[in-house]
Amino acid sequence: MSDDESAQTEPLSTEDPPTDSRSSMDRIAGVGSSVRQALLVPALAVLTALIVGAIIIAVTDLDTLPLWGTDPGAAFSQTMSGIGKAYKALFVGSLGSSRAISETLFAATPLILAGLAVAVGFQAGLFNIGVNGQMHIGGMVALWVGFSFTLPAIIHIPLAIAAAIMGGAIWGGISGLLKARTGAHEVITTIMLNFVALFMVDYLLKTSVFQATGRNDPISEKVNATAQFPTLVGDYRLHIGFFFSLAAVAFVWWLMYRSTIGFEFRAVGYNPHGGRYAGMSVAWIYLGVMAVSGGLAGIAGTNQILGLEPYRGISNFAGTVGFDAIALALLGRSHPVGVLFAGILFGALRAGGREMQGAAGVPIDLVLVLQALIIVMIAAPRLVRAIYRIKTPDQDMSTTVSTGWGG
Amino acid sequence: MAVTTSPEIVEKVRATPEERRATAIGIVLVAIAAFVLWVFALGVDSSFVSTFNLSLPGDPDLTWVVSSQVLSFVVAATIAFIGGWVLRRTHVKWTNLGLAIALSLFALAFLTWAAADKSFSLVGMLRSTVILSVPVTLGALSGLMCERVAIINIAIEGQLLTAAFVGTVAGSAWGIWAGLIGAMLTGAILGFVLAVLSIRYRIDQIIAGVVINIFALGLTSFLARRILSVTPELNSPGRFSTHKVPLLGDIPVLGSMFFNHNMFVYGTYILVIVLHFGLFYTRWGLRSRAVGEHPKAADTVGIDVYRTRYRNVMYGGLIAGFGGAFLTLAQVSRFEENLTAGVGYIGLAAMIFGRWMPFGALGAGLVFGFALTLQQKLGILGTPIPSEFLSMTPYLVTIIVVAGVVGRSRPPAADGQPYIKD
Repeated sequence: MSDDESAQTEPLSTEDPPTDSRSSMDRIAGVGSSVRQALLVPALAVLTALIVGAIIIAVTDLDTLPLWGTDPGAAFSQTMSGIGKAYKALFVGSLGSSRAISETLFAATPLILAGLAVAVGFQAGLFNIGVNGQMHIGGMVALWVGFSFTLPAIIHIPLAIAAAIMGGAIWGGISGLLKARTGAHEVITTIMLNFVALFMVDYLLKTSVFQATGRNDPISEKVNATAQFPTLVGDYRLHIGFFFSLAAVAFVWWLMYRSTIGFEFRAVGYNPHGGRYAGMSVAWIYLGVMAVSGGLAGIAGTNQILGLEPYRGISNFAGTVGFDAIALALLGRSHPVGVLFAGILFGALRAGGREMQGAAGVPIDLVLVLQALIIVMIAAPRLVRAIYRIKTPDQDMSTTVSTGWGG
Repeated sequence: MAVTTSPEIVEKVRATPEERRATAIGIVLVAIAAFVLWVFALGVDSSFVSTFNLSLPGDPDLTWVVSSQVLSFVVAATIAFIGGWVLRRTHVKWTNLGLAIALSLFALAFLTWAAADKSFSLVGMLRSTVILSVPVTLGALSGLMCERVAIINIAIEGQLLTAAFVGTVAGSAWGIWAGLIGAMLTGAILGFVLAVLSIRYRIDQIIAGVVINIFALGLTSFLARRILSVTPELNSPGRFSTHKVPLLGDIPVLGSMFFNHNMFVYGTYILVIVLHFGLFYTRWGLRSRAVGEHPKAADTVGIDVYRTRYRNVMYGGLIAGFGGAFLTLAQVSRFEENLTAGVGYIGLAAMIFGRWMPFGALGAGLVFGFALTLQQKLGILGTPIPSEFLSMTPYLVTIIVVAGVVGRSRPPAADGQPYIKD
């Protein structure tokens, strides 16, 4: 896979150092770096994050803290056992049993799709922070298709997904269109559209079209059984959505590395002026990228509605998936296969985090802290190298996506 | 081109972008006037009166009773007049002022319509607008401090949230002033982290900001669940009390609106004035703006670009910390998970809407504060408009602004670009 990647991308990455600041985007995507190099930094980043997480668990252990003054030995062993218990639960909850593995893949499913959405944007030089909003709009459309019709599942599920892709693509496309037509920065418009979508969901869930009969709170009708994603094994939660996310990985790989459109996406991401000079319509490409990105986010949205109990629309059903996706795309270096593995890792953190909260009493919010630490170290490889004193030829690995708001 | 064609004539023929914009806004205003006439004026019973309370409970009673229909007729006529004036394009520069006045009148007509045949505390609403504008304005000022030196600060939300948390804990343990200081230092520390990540490690500034927000949400929620849930005594810091300004506080309406608050509100006004003066009339301000517009030129004349950036981003952090303290030491006096719920992003929006100017930030903060208040109060009045649409307003306004529909707002030229010293 990586051979294919480097074969495809070398012509782009071995050119002279780019003059446009936007072009260093491809360094986020990790284009052109060797496999060992590509894996070393993420591995160390995850390791460092876990160590910092352990320190946080230790210093917030209120039962043990007073003990340090009187009996440091006992305090030390208690602290270590506390950390051990938490991380053991993290491991058991994510990989320790077949149910745990199912939970990990279940949690990974929307993360992979959302991560692909961000990755496509990154490769084309666009920062889509709006995955959350696109998931909400896509999910709401899928929800409507889900409870309004009764069709054979073989038709109903694809129809719901197609509708979600449309919804997400339109919502993402708004930002692409605004950028192309007016130069409005996509970061600002996507952040703002996230909130608009959030309130839109709250509003829609209280309208007679969506609201469950006999309810006053914002909750929708239940999706018909024919549109619910069938689960794969027994009573485990893992459902066929996981295969959809694998298919999306393959599609994005094909799109970005095998199709003309994907080449144009990456070329514009590398240098919009160069792309324009080569005769590409940069405006259309911005629109196309945001639509593709939004469409993928829309599929991620369906998972939150058609893929889990109670199969209903609720307020803020996308949760933090849209923001985890940014971390994920960075960790996966914006390569679809990288995003797949990063998604499974984050899914494991989610599934394990729930076990950690239940069994060891360590709140699942620690997972967010771990994710933030991972992104920092991925985005600033110099930081990891400084911590571990790794000597490498000093490539400038700085990452710059943004060039101000006005465009 | 014929020799006789003078440049003035050419100018008269071709409309400038500002003039075309004025035409568009003029048409919109006339449409708004028609809407006010149709919905607000003709849509209510002519016998209805709207009763506005202009005094707070406890103060001498003051009410304003007005015929709902007559007021809406007057507003519609005034907006139509402003629209016609804008369409004539005689004073294109003042288009935005006309727009602002017309939209304020629209808000008044809307309230009159909503309060038709009812009584409504106008002063309570305006007072609440001022209070809710405080964190938004402070967030905008924090963002402005950073962006004036070309560091994009998307971490306002995280700074507010973490500062609110530290303010609560330190305030509960050692008193509210310690809480305030702790909150401000926390903001500054996160500002320092943002500065190190974006200046020293040259991480993309938006990624750095997103990271800080995720980190802040994760850490504060983690600590709230792990520590505050078992030690509630660390989650009750008390509040800063309200102080009425002598004389000014006794003015009807305006006194209750602006001069009867806690020190955070006064602090915000002072900060706006100080920052405006500082940015535009002092050596520090000139240097900061130079670093934001053209760092290379600033470097050439001997300004330390990095140090200026570090310092201003940390000042921005102090301001955000002040805003975070307001949330838990004045507005509510306890911390809850994700207490900010997007206020920092509204602050970011206010910064853009206010065009990177301190008074602009204040104005935008008040506009967004009004939208937030309206969304709370409309439920009481029982209007048919869903509150979710009002909640969307600040975000939609920002999209309209960045898309250049209401005039271009231009960020500092070097915004977001790391400076690499040769």
